[in-house]
Amino acid sequence: VVSVFFIVGVIFVPVGVVSLLAARDVVEIIDRYDEACVPGNMTNNKLAYIQNETISKVCIRNLTITKAMKQPIFVYYELDNFYQNHRRYVKSRNDAQLRDRRKANQTSACEPEKTTANGQPIVPCGLIAWSLFNDTYSFTRGSENLTVDKKDISWKSDREHKFGKDVYPSNFQNGALKGGATLEPTIPLSEQEDLIVWMRTAALPTFRKLYGRIYFDLKVNDTITVRLNNNYNTYSFGGKKKLVLSTATWLGGKNDFLGFAYLIVGGLCIFLAFAFTLLYFIKPRLVTFNSSLLQSAWKVISCVLDIHVTF
Amino acid sequence: MGRSGGGRRRDRMRWSKLYTFNCFRGHHGDAGDEGPSSDAAGAVGGPGFSRVVHCNNPVLQKTLKYPTNYITTTKYNIITFFPKAIFEQFRRVANLYFLLTAILSLTPVCPFSPVSMIAPLAFVVGLSMLKEGLEDWRRFIQDMKVNNRKVAVHKGDGEFVYRHWEELCVGDVVKVEKDQFFPADLLLLSSSYEDGICYVETMNLDGETNLKVKRSLEVTLPLEEDESFKDFQEAVIRCEDPNPSLYTFTGNFEYERQVYALDPFQILLRDSKLRNTSFIYGVVIFTGHDSKVMQNSTESPSKRSRIERKMDLIIYILFTVLMLISLISSIGFAVRIKLDLPHWWYLQPQNSNKLDDPSRPALSGIFHLITALILYGYLIPISLYVSIELVKVLQAHFINQDIHMFDEETGNTAQARTSNLNEELGQVHTVLSDKTGTLTCNQMDFLKCSIAGVSYGVGSSEVEIAAAKQMASGADDHDIPLQDIWEENNEDEIELVEGVTFSVGNNRKPSIKGFSFVDDRLMQGNWNKEPNSSTILLFFRILALCHTAIPEINEATGSIAYEAESPDEGAFLVAAREFGFEFFKRTQSSVFVREKHTSPNGTTEREFKILNLLEFNSKRKRMTVILKDEDGQILLFCKGADSIIFDRLAKNGRMYEVDTTRHLNDYGEAGLRTLALSYRVLEESEYSSWNAEFHKAKTSIGPDRELQLERVSDLIERELILVGATAVEDKLQKGAAKESLLSQIANGSQMVKLEKDPDAAFALVIDGKALAFALEDDMKHMFLNLAIECASVICCRVSPKQKALVTRLVKEGIGQTTLAIGDGANDVGMIQEADIGVGISGVEGMQAVMASDFSISQFRFLERLLVVHGHWCYKRIAQMICYFFYKNIAFGLTIFYFEAFAGFSGQSVYDDWFMLLFNVVLTSLPVISLGVFEQDVSSEICLQFPALYQQGPKNLFFDWYRILGWMGNGLYSSLAIFFLNLCIFYDQAIRAGGQIADMAAVGTTMFTCIIWAVNMQIALTMSHFTWIQHLFVWGSISTWYLFILAYGTTLRSGDNYQILLEVLGPAPIYWAATLLVTAACNIPYLIHISYQRSCNPLDHHVIQEIKYLKKDVEDQTMWKRERSKARQKTKIGFTARVDAKIKQIKGRLHKKGPSLTIHTVS
Repeated sequence: VVSVFFIVGVIFVPVGVVSLLAARDVVEIIDRYDEACVPGNMTNNKLAYIQNETISKVCIRNLTITKAMKQPIFVYYELDNFYQNHRRYVKSRNDAQLRDRRKANQTSACEPEKTTANGQPIVPCGLIAWSLFNDTYSFTRGSENLTVDKKDISWKSDREHKFGKDVYPSNFQNGALKGGATLEPTIPLSEQEDLIVWMRTAALPTFRKLYGRIYFDLKVNDTITVRLNNNYNTYSFGGKKKLVLSTATWLGGKNDFLGFAYLIVGGLCIFLAFAFTLLYFIKPRLVTFNSSLLQSAWKVISCVLDIHVTF
Repeated sequence: MGRSGGGRRRDRMRWSKLYTFNCFRGHHGDAGDEGPSSDAAGAVGGPGFSRVVHCNNPVLQKTLKYPTNYITTTKYNIITFFPKAIFEQFRRVANLYFLLTAILSLTPVCPFSPVSMIAPLAFVVGLSMLKEGLEDWRRFIQDMKVNNRKVAVHKGDGEFVYRHWEELCVGDVVKVEKDQFFPADLLLLSSSYEDGICYVETMNLDGETNLKVKRSLEVTLPLEEDESFKDFQEAVIRCEDPNPSLYTFTGNFEYERQVYALDPFQILLRDSKLRNTSFIYGVVIFTGHDSKVMQNSTESPSKRSRIERKMDLIIYILFTVLMLISLISSIGFAVRIKLDLPHWWYLQPQNSNKLDDPSRPALSGIFHLITALILYGYLIPISLYVSIELVKVLQAHFINQDIHMFDEETGNTAQARTSNLNEELGQVHTVLSDKTGTLTCNQMDFLKCSIAGVSYGVGSSEVEIAAAKQMASGADDHDIPLQDIWEENNEDEIELVEGVTFSVGNNRKPSIKGFSFVDDRLMQGNWNKEPNSSTILLFFRILALCHTAIPEINEATGSIAYEAESPDEGAFLVAAREFGFEFFKRTQSSVFVREKHTSPNGTTEREFKILNLLEFNSKRKRMTVILKDEDGQILLFCKGADSIIFDRLAKNGRMYEVDTTRHLNDYGEAGLRTLALSYRVLEESEYSSWNAEFHKAKTSIGPDRELQLERVSDLIERELILVGATAVEDKLQKGAAKESLLSQIANGSQMVKLEKDPDAAFALVIDGKALAFALEDDMKHMFLNLAIECASVICCRVSPKQKALVTRLVKEGIGQTTLAIGDGANDVGMIQEADIGVGISGVEGMQAVMASDFSISQFRFLERLLVVHGHWCYKRIAQMICYFFYKNIAFGLTIFYFEAFAGFSGQSVYDDWFMLLFNVVLTSLPVISLGVFEQDVSSEICLQFPALYQQGPKNLFFDWYRILGWMGNGLYSSLAIFFLNLCIFYDQAIRAGGQIADMAAVGTTMFTCIIWAVNMQIALTMSHFTWIQHLFVWGSISTWYLFILAYGTTLRSGDNYQILLEVLGPAPIYWAATLLVTAACNIPYLIHISYQRSCNPLDHHVIQEIKYLKKDVEDQTMWKRERSKARQKTKIGFTARVDAKIKQIKGRLHKKGPSLTIHTVS
């Protein structure tokens, strides 16, 4: 067993070191903009601000690059306190409808966003699609336009199998209740990658979703101007909105935790290996039975009857 | 075998007509006393006596609707199987819970798809029902076999045809041939014997192997051949209704306008066997389920093991936990609905239904409680019951198949008749054992005798040999296991000191069963040359004449076997035969003996007329025959307990008393059973006056009849002349010499056999009468306390009822597992009362076996059954249950944690299919293989170190410490799995392509971690790996990956589509997380076992280590040391006797050795 500890330790510590180094390579810039983008006169009534369609939602943010970022740079939006994992929310979709044009009428489970008031099926139906995120971002460095590549932000299998090439949005966001983004009715669902990403519900109420990629290298002290449309209502439930620019390594994003966890477990194992070895030398155990075991009594009561010829 | 109440009743039946001394209590007059009997007739026709049988008259009989002879013992039939079996299944509280959840899964309350709730339940219940069905099918086949046996039935005009048993009807006349079973309860009409008697073996009914005599009415005697039934039409039987009493029967036989009373002596019971009689004719009275044996069949009470009862308790605890977290969850849900949901516009709170209505949070909360109860149902292991059932069946199969418990003589294997109690075998604290036939073979060997004050017979008893061996080896501390003594019998004699010689060897294996006597002085007629040859002649005649046995001539070989009341008698008869006095024939009134050496003309046959036979009973402790020899001399032969006989000796009959007493003491010390033999010559006049009085007493009616008979017989059994004494050895069962080994299980306790004179036993001895007082309410606890203090307790002369009472007292008083072992019908009570009943299948019939939970064919197999199988099964089941709770807690709680992050909405992070497969497929086989194959140490080591057995009675593997430990481990694992994964997949990209993990990816990774963690955990728990375990453990993990691959190809999988191939497989972080979490989950267990092994090792750890490190020479000595350590110093019974013998011999040698022999009972 001591050797098991030792082996685990020997394996885990290097893995931890490597993971940690990989995580350290990642450069990440996070900008929270939900508060800052509310005009000064409406900070007391953010909800009115976001619900008033006449107020322009355009907002300019300047980001300074603290460390050189190699392309591709990933653009994420991060929402907070948003329960994409709520059962009512998760259930509210119909995969068949998304996949197949002929199944547009299948809106079961899409409550309460199934059909329009006059009974026309909504495609895509359900709360998830209805609440599609609709903030948009564009980036410039000086006068240089940093185009955001929004291709391939979703999983290939989703595009090819789960969202139909011939399924077009219909009756979407036509109801009295407006949710999030609208969809271009002429573009098939398989190409509506923002929707595809959004439909992959997040596991936790704080989540990031991929917005796009920027294929430019950014240098230290570069200033990037972000022009964003702050459309999405997180004010009603007090959720933060953040814009994240990040690079990635083979292990993914900036995640120190995995490396630390490996180091801790590995270190613990090596410590235990030494501790038990030491214990063995300090207190060599005599190979012997526990004497109390030997003393215990096991009663045997022999019920014996008299036998015919036992007098 | 112990013969108490039942035995005496049987005796009466048997000798009712043949001999004179008997004790009929009934009002029928003597058995076979034919003719109209008014009082019996009075009852017939009244309530409970309504049965009418028209003999040989099927037309008339058909008007009365009695069942046919078809029997069925199955629990179900095709129609009732489903409703009944399903009902049985849902009587279990856990199954009922799952049924409810399955029903609720059809409503929108359920967090899962209905199929994921119903499928596992259907699987689990289906499997259990399949098992039930198979068992029932086996019973059905068994029934069919019986129903299709054939018997000759009178079909009319004196013609008999063979028919199946099941076609038999009440009133049919059947002809049963020798060694056939009776197909139904019959009225005996006639037999191949002129006087209408037949011999019946009732082994299947009451386990008694001796033959009983049945006798027909005289009026039906003429019906002795097939043709005579042509005109046999008008007879009518009116009798009692079916009832389970085997020994009573009331009825009338109306024939030729006369009414005759019937009693049990004319009734042949189903499942008994015709013996020694070539055929009988009988009329069917009770068929099928009406027959007495079927009425008697009771289902053995179902017993549940301690572990299972505790398991139920744990399940209730888990239910409580489930309730608790569901409550937390629903309160959380209600609070969030009330406070937060109105702000969550993306959920369209204004369009909500009653399940999540912000305006009515309480109602929604209650609905959510149901959702939560279903959601967290994974805390309760659905497959636990079915897995345990399956495992136990397989364990029982292993017990049945164990070649080491196969008895070559009988071809019987051990049989687990119920698989419920396998693990209970490993926890036995107290063993209650019947002695005769159980500890001993109940096979007597004539070993020594004392005639006319001279002791004959040089053979040694087992006690003497063992003592001699130990003396010779100089091993006082019993380092040599006793069984070695037998095995090392290569020397013929061991010379101890001059003069004290024991012959060992050849004579231990007697060529003649029941006869181990070695002494040339008496053999081959040499006794004629002895000084007291006339006394010796008498001695032999007493042996050959004073008994109640029936000779059975084997037609093939011409040799004679004896059907004796007791094995002692059998041994006497065999001895007499070997000495040249062969008893070969018995008629109603005479005994015939072939004598070899009494006359110069060689063999002569002599007839002795039996005048009276005064039977043995336990009160009289003697038996007497009065007979007339060919010269017309009237002789009285009496054999009995020495104390009884010595009291009745004539003044001139005490010639050999001193010598004989000395010999008797010697025999007693050697562990032999002794009897004194005596005789008396009666004058014709003296006899006839006594006989008149005896006859008067016999025919008297009233409660004091027995007393009268006793008094009268006492009159004649006086003035006896002592001839000598016999000593027979009740051989220990092979392996009962291993008592010392068995006592090691106990480590300090002892297996006891009761000697007739337990002079060397440091034991509490109590007999039936005293026990009756001791078992009274106010005394019994004192008795129990005393019994617990004693190393062992011997209860002698107790009734079956008392046996059961003692068993109950011990069971309830000590509160530990008790095991009762016995072989006869009189042990049934205690076998059923004890936690575990073990029956010895063999000579004494099936009664004990039928009532038992396990049957073995020899006592020695008990050791293996307990020490090996019991120990293993206990550990297996205990570990299995613990593991079940562990894995379900580890899994179930992650679902709960996730709730806290999902607004308590009842969303599961895992796909429905994962959850469905978790219990049924992905984690079930390894735990089953643990339950079936796990061995902490090999069977040899179990036997060598019975100290290991102590782990069971101490319940080291299923105590609360361990259960809670496993549950804590489950809790820790759930935390580790959930929060490590949460942190790893919190919000960062998981791939170089920048993709984020969605809920499906997180759920699948977590589930992968769970599968790895719980399967690694079981791999660490197992200490015995065969390819099966490897296959199951690694197979389960691979199955998970294969499943997720296959599942990913179907579009049903939703967000899990292609998840392994496209999303997780290429992500190093997925594999890294799996490795990390698996390791983190198992570290506490590893720490625990390393700590335990290095600081606080259990016995099996030590032994595993010894075995692992074993080096040839060095360790051999250590093993020996360990073994001798494990042996106890106190010895009881056989062992103690050996000690006493050694001390005695030493004392004799040194002239000063203190005798430790304590005479407690004389």
